[in-house]
Amino acid sequence: MSAAPLLAVRDLVVHYPMARGIVGTVGRKEERVVRAVDGVSLTVASGELVALVGESGCGKTTTAHAVMRMLVPRSGSVEISGRDIAPLSERALRPLRREAQIVFQDPYESLDPRYRVRDTVTEPLVIHGMGNKEERTERVRLALEHAGLSPAELFLDRYPHELSGGQRQRVAIASALVLEPKLLVADEPVSMLDVSVRAGILDLLDGLRRTGLGILMITHDLSTAAHYADRILVMYLGRIVEEGPARAVVNDPQHPYTRALISVVPRRDPNDKHREQILQGETPNPVDIPDGCRFHPRCPIGDESCLAVDPQLMGEGAHRAACIKL
Amino acid sequence: MSAQAEGLVVAPRRRLRDNAVVVALRGSHQAIFGGAVLSVVILIALLAPWIAPYGEHERVGEVFEPPSSAHWLGLDDGGFDMVSLMMFGTRVSLIVGFSAALVAMLIGGSVGIIAGFFGGRTDTLLMRITDYFISIPDLPLMIVVAAVWGRSLRNIILIIGVIYWTSTARVVRAQVKSVRERGYIRRTRVLGASNMRLIVRHVLPQVAPLLVATSVLMVAYAIFAETAIAFLGLGDPSATSWGLLIENAFARDAITVGAWWAIVPPGIAVAIVVVALTMLGTAIEDALNPRLRVSHVSVRRFKLRAAPPRPEDET
Amino acid sequence: MSAAPVLEVQDLHVWFDLGHGRELNAVQGASLTLARGERMGLVGESGCGKTTLSLALMGLLPPNASVAGHVLLDGVDILAGGEDSLRPHRWRDIAMVFQGAMNAFNPVKRIGSQIVEAMELHDVASGRAAQARCGELLELVGIRAERANRFPHEFSGGMRQRAAIAMALSCQPRVLLADEPTTALDVMVQAQILQLLTRLSDELGLAIILVTHDLPVVAQTCQTAAVMYAGRVAELGPTVALYDAPRHPYTRMLFAATPDLTGTAGVASIPGAPPRLDRPLVACPFAPRCDSVFATCRERRPPLLTVGEGHLAACHLAGSVA
Repeated sequence: MSAAPLLAVRDLVVHYPMARGIVGTVGRKEERVVRAVDGVSLTVASGELVALVGESGCGKTTTAHAVMRMLVPRSGSVEISGRDIAPLSERALRPLRREAQIVFQDPYESLDPRYRVRDTVTEPLVIHGMGNKEERTERVRLALEHAGLSPAELFLDRYPHELSGGQRQRVAIASALVLEPKLLVADEPVSMLDVSVRAGILDLLDGLRRTGLGILMITHDLSTAAHYADRILVMYLGRIVEEGPARAVVNDPQHPYTRALISVVPRRDPNDKHREQILQGETPNPVDIPDGCRFHPRCPIGDESCLAVDPQLMGEGAHRAACIKL
Repeated sequence: MSAQAEGLVVAPRRRLRDNAVVVALRGSHQAIFGGAVLSVVILIALLAPWIAPYGEHERVGEVFEPPSSAHWLGLDDGGFDMVSLMMFGTRVSLIVGFSAALVAMLIGGSVGIIAGFFGGRTDTLLMRITDYFISIPDLPLMIVVAAVWGRSLRNIILIIGVIYWTSTARVVRAQVKSVRERGYIRRTRVLGASNMRLIVRHVLPQVAPLLVATSVLMVAYAIFAETAIAFLGLGDPSATSWGLLIENAFARDAITVGAWWAIVPPGIAVAIVVVALTMLGTAIEDALNPRLRVSHVSVRRFKLRAAPPRPEDET
Repeated sequence: MSAAPVLEVQDLHVWFDLGHGRELNAVQGASLTLARGERMGLVGESGCGKTTLSLALMGLLPPNASVAGHVLLDGVDILAGGEDSLRPHRWRDIAMVFQGAMNAFNPVKRIGSQIVEAMELHDVASGRAAQARCGELLELVGIRAERANRFPHEFSGGMRQRAAIAMALSCQPRVLLADEPTTALDVMVQAQILQLLTRLSDELGLAIILVTHDLPVVAQTCQTAAVMYAGRVAELGPTVALYDAPRHPYTRMLFAATPDLTGTAGVASIPGAPPRLDRPLVACPFAPRCDSVFATCRERRPPLLTVGEGHLAACHLAGSVA
């Protein structure tokens, strides 16, 4: 691992004000805030695949958007190769966009339907003024090959509607790779693809990781995270509640939420009849975050002491969890 | 991992004539009728100097002479041949129609795109301006402009454009707002694309077809508006338009004399062209709408069919 | 599970007329049997025909659809007279929870009134009796009866899904078709819903067909599974048998393509893509992608053969070993 991690997020906070409506504004109701990300710190090193997992509303997608500066965080820092991008202006940000790129969830919406593959993958180079025409053609060809679309010539002149979901996602990946970024954020990269196709895309990401790319993968699918990630970070209501090496988090979960989550993930082996720990109710709204430990209302082992303390990640070594009951 | 890994779902290369919009238009009677009429009118306008039987300012007989074999539609209040006047009239009507529509489209399109793309305060401000323009009454404004700045073709074109851009602006704004949320816009923005690039290269191509449809409708409005303006006596007296023909005949008591041929033909011409353009514009708009998907869950009757022969015996 | 099946699908075909003489053969001779209280998973990827098959069982196909085959409900062919013979059974004997059912509620009517409406439309109950029954149904699916007076937007996604299930159960059907009931839900809520479905089939003897692309969900919830590919049933049998000893390469490869939380076994994608269903298929539709393909596979369509107790597979390899 190099001295400074590729990506270092510290105490990231992203809050959204909630619309008050006419009655609220006129009546001067207190403005409520969606605390989407409420103090998140994480790192991604070169050649590492970190999975950010959690259920809907936990803040994982917002965290990814903050890392890509698709929004301006309220506080906290986002350092890419040692440089904090959180306070930068759009203009100052532009050259840095080459360092980090993102792949989105929906391959059917990610590509401009009027652009051929060639144009979609060339565009990033044009935006950043990289290379002359010949060099660009060569880079595009290489990017497509790296994304597994080989031979590239077969795909250059195709329109998105002529490609399958998996191929479209590869084109999106190629358009991210053509800039030779150091960090790739993958937001649910395979959740809209058929099962038989997913492994191909994930293997591609794994292969890219081996060449030194750092990958932050957002996913709700713990099985995928368990299989492909080096480290897993579990989020709940805007915080990371557990982090550690993937195998450790899955085989020996520390936080009660992680334990419950892992117990209810369906296994593919029908003979595996383990005990499921189904929590009652659903994840509360990030607008009304409970005092103390934010998980305590649903926690199977919580008590009064959990009301008083808002736990930070604790524990020795790389595997830590935010729970005072450990 | 190679391409064959997921298999190329190669639909055969789609040609323009297989494009869904084109197919829809080809099958639409409205579009065909509208397009045909428009083509004929444009042709007449282009060829008028050569195909008109008589000159535009050529006196060939008495005032309000009735139709005869030499003059199928008779003569107007100046003794000019109605058929020729009608043909020359297409030129002015079309020039005004297209020019005014262009002005409306440019203003409305720009306002719509800027408001829709940037949103926030810019949007609110532009929409307030739009509302202001909508609330301006058309007719009094036309009268005022004609009175103050004179009755020229240029002024008429500008007036019509300035009155009618608002509907384009609203329609374009709505579509730009929805296009702006599309995944590929987000992705290209994250790649570092400037707003200009996003608008010109990604939003505009999506909005262009709608602009075309709206413009066609705009031409219809403009031609109608020009006719009305001319009829009210606010038009350019030197430009022979259908509206002017009607106005001249009207002012010279064509009705009292019973010279229907001086009033009715221009009126019918305007009606036909406006209807044709409206049909064409509406057909394009409809063709651009995503096909109304057949509801997947519907209690409509499916059909029964005999089972196909089994290729082999199943245990 | 009792001896006589409550539902039997025999050689079902569904075609969609695409105009210009073209036709999409979405279901190409599918057969399955369902016993009382049985939970069967209907698994497959996009385009395999599983949703079309379930819609065909409900008779909810568009006018450009044509159907052939038999659907026996407790021995009576309800498909024989087309829409007319199916209608009396729709919702009363076979009910369905659709994909995205949580979004299918009318947002301006209260949940309770929508469930009552379902009962009244099908002459099951009306007025007070219907309301009382509505309360019972909501309690059955884990929602407090008082909440019947709330609007859909006041319910969370998981609760709306439960309400949709309650509505489907309102006319006391014998068979419940659930099309991707948990796909849009978080894993914890998914667990709650699957637990509910399991309880309903165990306690009420409700036969359930769970249509999904998610193999692990089927592995944990369903006793039997039918794997569909290109409009046909590739393999059908006890879920355990399909996992321990799959007799169709697609079943085996599909399991292999699914990452598992605990195992360290490798994950492999399946090369290629499913065949187009708007052209006639010759021989085995999986042949181009199969890792065990041989000559006969490209010549003849494999029949659905019995390979074990309640276990069938449509593969030429399956026939060789009993």
